[in-house]
Amino acid sequence: MDALMNFGQGIFGGIWPAVWTLLKIVLIVAPLMLSIAYLTWAERKVIGYMQVRIGPNRVGPWGLIQPIADGLKLLMKEIVVPSGANKAIFIIAPMLAIAPALAAWAVVPFNETLVLANIDASLLYIMAITSMGVYGIILSGWASNSKYAFLGAMRAAAQMVSYEISMGFALICVLMVSNSLNLVDIVHAQDQGRFASWGLSFLSWNWLPLLPMFLVYLIAGVAETNRAPFDVCEGESEIVAGFHVEYSGMAFAVFFLAEYGNMILVSTLTSIMFLGGWLSPVGFLPDGILWLFAKVAAILFLFLWFRATFPRYRYDQLMRLGWKVFVPVCLIWLVVVGVWMMSPLNIWN
Amino acid sequence: MDFQTLVFFFLSAILIVASLRVITARNPVHAALHLILAFFTCGGIWSLLQAEFLAIAIILVYVGAVMVLFLFVVMMLDINMDRIRQGFWNYLPLGAILGLLMVLEMGLVLGSKYFQVPAAEALVPAGISNTKSIGALMFSDYVYPFELASIVLLVGMIAAIVLTYRGPKKTKYTNPNQQVFVKAKDRVRVLQMPVEKD
Repeated sequence: MDALMNFGQGIFGGIWPAVWTLLKIVLIVAPLMLSIAYLTWAERKVIGYMQVRIGPNRVGPWGLIQPIADGLKLLMKEIVVPSGANKAIFIIAPMLAIAPALAAWAVVPFNETLVLANIDASLLYIMAITSMGVYGIILSGWASNSKYAFLGAMRAAAQMVSYEISMGFALICVLMVSNSLNLVDIVHAQDQGRFASWGLSFLSWNWLPLLPMFLVYLIAGVAETNRAPFDVCEGESEIVAGFHVEYSGMAFAVFFLAEYGNMILVSTLTSIMFLGGWLSPVGFLPDGILWLFAKVAAILFLFLWFRATFPRYRYDQLMRLGWKVFVPVCLIWLVVVGVWMMSPLNIWN
Repeated sequence: MDFQTLVFFFLSAILIVASLRVITARNPVHAALHLILAFFTCGGIWSLLQAEFLAIAIILVYVGAVMVLFLFVVMMLDINMDRIRQGFWNYLPLGAILGLLMVLEMGLVLGSKYFQVPAAEALVPAGISNTKSIGALMFSDYVYPFELASIVLLVGMIAAIVLTYRGPKKTKYTNPNQQVFVKAKDRVRVLQMPVEKD
């Protein structure tokens, strides 16, 4: 590592820190894009087998080159801007959708040292950045000058703002028990306690003492990423394709990348905050980044499983779940955790 | 000029242009978008001043929540420029007074060097998370003003709901509460019947 740093210093001189940061960004974004491509393949395969079909199987062995072919096809297609659309905002909207999905990865730790920016308030940063993802959807719906797109945008705005509240409450419980806003410290806080000292560290992770919050976060995460069964903003049977009905070619593909990037982000955050991140579940196996990847993959599988299993929520049911079920559950559990931490039974000190 | 100054001027230029566009843009959606850009840049300037909690809070609260709902409303407006223009001269005196007051206030705050006000000491030593210090102050020295502010907000929220509530709806509507607790057993009865042959 030192040799590499010296080599870079020699070639680039004073601007080496900037070049090194750019290199690190590429090292995060390039595998992320590849994962997104293969997540779409996995989704089609998994749902295919759940519905007793085979899924993509023509391009390459087991259809493995299918996502590349899809990407190429979208790259070749024309981007049609509808007449009467607000052209500037129409073009900016997909960028506004994908930028927060990528920017949030700046503070996501992959293990103790493998993190682009280990800042003090990384949890707050994540909350702030992900809350901006809704703009891409609202603006695309408005700029398209289409009724279906606008309906989808309005639904998305109401839904994402509602579910952000319960998501925020779930994160407040996490930061209370780990006494830190830093994601690395949050993972470390899950590695102590009675069960961890017995070598059963998976029982000391946050998911067990904060079980209701874990479920709320997971479900709100599905709603935040507009995935089935919460995909009312693009509900095919009601409003064609919702906010991106007028988009084609790469502009559409960028929305697609943003949605799947957000899915991977939410899964990673759930694993870091509730499932111990890179910690190994049992004492006799070493910790490592592979554990994080395994946990993320398991949660992503849940996302696909939900899509194949549940029918879409109706809009009023979705609002009821967000406001009348999740928010009261969060408020009550927040008080429970507070009292628990102040009582002699506190397990987090 | 060091890098920080460069970043400051860059962000300030964006902030000024965006703020000007908020009041000059003809399309209200464009104005709202420029306001969002202004808030975001403001967060950037605050984080340059090492007030990272404030910087993140303005993005989380204003950009992430308030402006989304604002945009939501602005998008549904039916804008008629002629109707907005009328009454310009009637409102001008009031607007001018308010504007002058704001300029005066800003002058008093920003001119502290000119009026030789001693600079405030930095209360928080470097290396301590300012999220933590704000939290500690809020729940120790300023706990009563903080609780009072939250009560005022709660009252405002309830008032808004009371003012917009128009009484129970006269139309028929479904109750999702009852719907989600329905069991298949209550809806469908499977009968055992002997096979009929003709």
